[in-house]
Amino acid sequence: MMLHRHRGESKLHLIEEASRQEIDRWIAKYPADRRQAAVMAALRIVQDQNGGWLTTDLMDAVAEYLEMPPIEVYEVATFYSMYELEPVGRHKICVCTNISCMLCGSEEVVAHLEKRLGIRLGETTPDGRFTLKEVECLGACVEAPMFQIGNTYYGNLTPERIDEILDALD
Amino acid sequence: MVNIEINGIRIQAREGSMVIEAADEAGIVIPRFCYHRKLSIAANCRMCLVEVEKAPKPLPACATPVTEGMRVFTRSAKALEAQRATMEFLLINHPLDCPICDQGGECDLQDIAMGFGESESRYREPKRVVPDKNLGPLIATDMTRCIHCTRCVRFGREIAGVPELGATGRGEHTTIGTYVEKVVSSELSGNVIDLCPVGALTSKPYRYTGRPWENRSHPGVSPHDCLGSNLDVQTRRGRVMRVLPRDNEAVNECWLSDRDRFSYTALAHGERLHRPLIRQGDAWREVEWQTALEYAAEGLRRVRAAAGADGLGALISPSATVEEGYLAQRLLRGLGSGNVDFRLRRQDFAQEEADPRAPWLGCAIADLEDMDAVLLVGSHVRKDQPLAGLRLRRAALRGARVMFLNPAEFDFNFPVAEHLVAAPAAMVDELAAVAKALLEIEGTHPPEGLAARLENVEVHDRHLAVARHLHAAQQAHVIVGTQAFGQAEFSALRALANLVAHLAGAGFGYLPEGANAVGLSLAGALPRAAEPAGRHAGDMTGQGLRGVLLLGVEPEYDFADPAAARRMLDEADFVVALTAFATDEMKRWADVLLPVAAFAENEGTFVNVQNDWQGFAAAAEAPGEARPAWKVLRVLGNFLNLEGFDYMQVDEVREAARAFAGEVEVKAATAWAMPRWPAPGEALQRIGYLPLYHVDPLVRRAAPLQGTPDARADIAWLGEAAAAALGVADGARVAVRQGGAEVVMEARVDAAVPDRCVLVAAATPQAARLGPAWGPVEVSAVKEAVAS
Repeated sequence: MMLHRHRGESKLHLIEEASRQEIDRWIAKYPADRRQAAVMAALRIVQDQNGGWLTTDLMDAVAEYLEMPPIEVYEVATFYSMYELEPVGRHKICVCTNISCMLCGSEEVVAHLEKRLGIRLGETTPDGRFTLKEVECLGACVEAPMFQIGNTYYGNLTPERIDEILDALD
Repeated sequence: MVNIEINGIRIQAREGSMVIEAADEAGIVIPRFCYHRKLSIAANCRMCLVEVEKAPKPLPACATPVTEGMRVFTRSAKALEAQRATMEFLLINHPLDCPICDQGGECDLQDIAMGFGESESRYREPKRVVPDKNLGPLIATDMTRCIHCTRCVRFGREIAGVPELGATGRGEHTTIGTYVEKVVSSELSGNVIDLCPVGALTSKPYRYTGRPWENRSHPGVSPHDCLGSNLDVQTRRGRVMRVLPRDNEAVNECWLSDRDRFSYTALAHGERLHRPLIRQGDAWREVEWQTALEYAAEGLRRVRAAAGADGLGALISPSATVEEGYLAQRLLRGLGSGNVDFRLRRQDFAQEEADPRAPWLGCAIADLEDMDAVLLVGSHVRKDQPLAGLRLRRAALRGARVMFLNPAEFDFNFPVAEHLVAAPAAMVDELAAVAKALLEIEGTHPPEGLAARLENVEVHDRHLAVARHLHAAQQAHVIVGTQAFGQAEFSALRALANLVAHLAGAGFGYLPEGANAVGLSLAGALPRAAEPAGRHAGDMTGQGLRGVLLLGVEPEYDFADPAAARRMLDEADFVVALTAFATDEMKRWADVLLPVAAFAENEGTFVNVQNDWQGFAAAAEAPGEARPAWKVLRVLGNFLNLEGFDYMQVDEVREAARAFAGEVEVKAATAWAMPRWPAPGEALQRIGYLPLYHVDPLVRRAAPLQGTPDARADIAWLGEAAAAALGVADGARVAVRQGGAEVVMEARVDAAVPDRCVLVAAATPQAARLGPAWGPVEVSAVKEAVAS
């Protein structure tokens, strides 16, 4: 449009105060004219704030806060697999199926999880408790096969151990 | 310089340049997709892999700097193997749909696959499919064909300054798009069509209409702005199929604005006039040229006999050619009248004598990007002259201070060092404050008459900043822009801008409306350019004419005051219009409508703001009986028994116009003369912004351009205070009144508009029913009828 001020409504209010403070800590780690260096941290923070996934509005808010074009935020958010662009369950189970885990039986892990939860890889249980996701190597080959739930790694998985872990979750 | 060897040929290459640049200069072909000389280096397609001595693996020529003694092999077994492998990878996901692809025949992928690929693919698996994007009415997408070279992405970020396209996803899931679908809003967006090396981004208006080998290329010159971008007009069987840029580093480089690229679509508009028409009572009759011209000559003679020569006047488009302007003024002067003008949007003709010979830019177009400080007065340069905006953007990104004084805070795609925004009348005081600051820096006295005025002018930090930037700069320039030309304060703004430039030691110039303001000035299409002298456009419109000759204009759109223009035409006894389009409005007041060639069908010369005389020949056939306007004027001159109207070729007219112009000193700056100071009133002021897709009859009829967000100009923009005072909410409907006329429009509230102002664009169907583009206006809220 022809006029400067007539841009879309500001979406900054979507970033909660606690999130903003945490983003500011990340921004402070970089030179003053390189705010956008904090984009990955900022996306993680607002994703946590929003129950584990990113809305377009939230990505726009991050773009606005870091003074970068929205498309550049979308590029980052769509590139990395730890950002979710659709709602996820309360517990996101990221199963590694990369080479070491595969050799140690990740196929069984996936089969057991799919059977127990009644969903396929990439899906969320109807009650919104679990999302099952296939991921690449998480750097824990020493305990293969493994998966990650939330911020915790679980290794040396067997069907029994998986049941124990899942039973302990709310 | 660095000595290198490519394929055994010794080459001297610039230090720091890349192998591909050295090879290009030496005419050695290296295949490439992502590399483009005007864009940053991405090195992501890997097509330009070459063998370099002592390097264990092939290196990308686009990202490998030359070093002394380097030996490069572009056709060695190792290089060819690497290129073949890259080609195989690129074709894995590329569909084999060349027969239905618009890029076929001019496709880099097709050509390079032929030259460097295998004849058969080993790939048997399914190919991926990517959904198409809606990028608006100009660009068609087939994203499955995309090879992720990211030229379009880099163009958006680096050149156009609108980072809207990007690469989302990863690996095989990478797609180019806007993520949230929105229309690409750049005024330069069409360039991604040229940049795209495959058929992913193609021209929507041209889609499925032809193959490149069926087209004939004709050099042309853009008819829409004062830069004169060089065009390649492509025709098939006499019809314009599309318009592409023609490289000219001094003008448009390899780019083209969307306006120049897509305006050809209006050539086939339904309102094109095919045969001469004359009025008979209330009816219109198609006649032969002979009859029409006799009728026109007879009418003009009759008016002159009855009302005298001063009753005759010619009002011509600022985008008319040199030849048309020259013949029009010769014709009028032959009849004894000097009433000829092309400055149709100007309303302030005070200090007309201070006009330079022609409104030049005062520097080369390419020099704009080397400026350290630039002040533009009344300019939305990004939209007014998109490719001048691109040059200034480059300067600004380099760190130059690009500053503006505008009647509203226009949107720019580069950092603006200072944006002085004031109501039209207050702009004069803002500029005076800059001048005052400069006088203090220089420690000199104000010129004649100004001292008393400056006493009441306060200098604020912003004025001081502008003054300091201009004063401190090695290369500085002050430019009076297109929007300022229409303003009621034009003479004062121009005088002060001149003074500011003089005090700062900066250059001075103009970016006027239309394609040929310079050429028409030099050709004498001005009331004071030759004897007899005559009245200017404002006077002709205001005081009226008995006989009128119009060339290439729609008065209700192209004049400063549509209401006055209409009144003048209604009251005139005889009106001859040379026009490419016939409208009901014209049929209301005209007596003769003569069909003339438009844009690519025409031949002639435009002179741009850096004084390049750029001639062009007709590329396409004009419809029906339409003829180039210079021929019509020439024969009309014969019918009027005027002397010296015997030209056979357009070149002869050009030479005559050149001779008339004589030796020209290209100098836009003029000496100081104390201007009339505008009186700040209490009344609401209209800002008659001229939107880029409404500037002339052709652009207004180009349907694809009219579908872009930039074409939307039917909105009354109000500042927050003005909106509150009027009780108008964002999105409400308001009545806009000038004189007796009233139109109802949607209102938008925007802090970019200064107090006591409303921005109602000129040259729109709404504005056509109003009064002066710049001046007092009334706005009131419309009470919505309650639905029962």
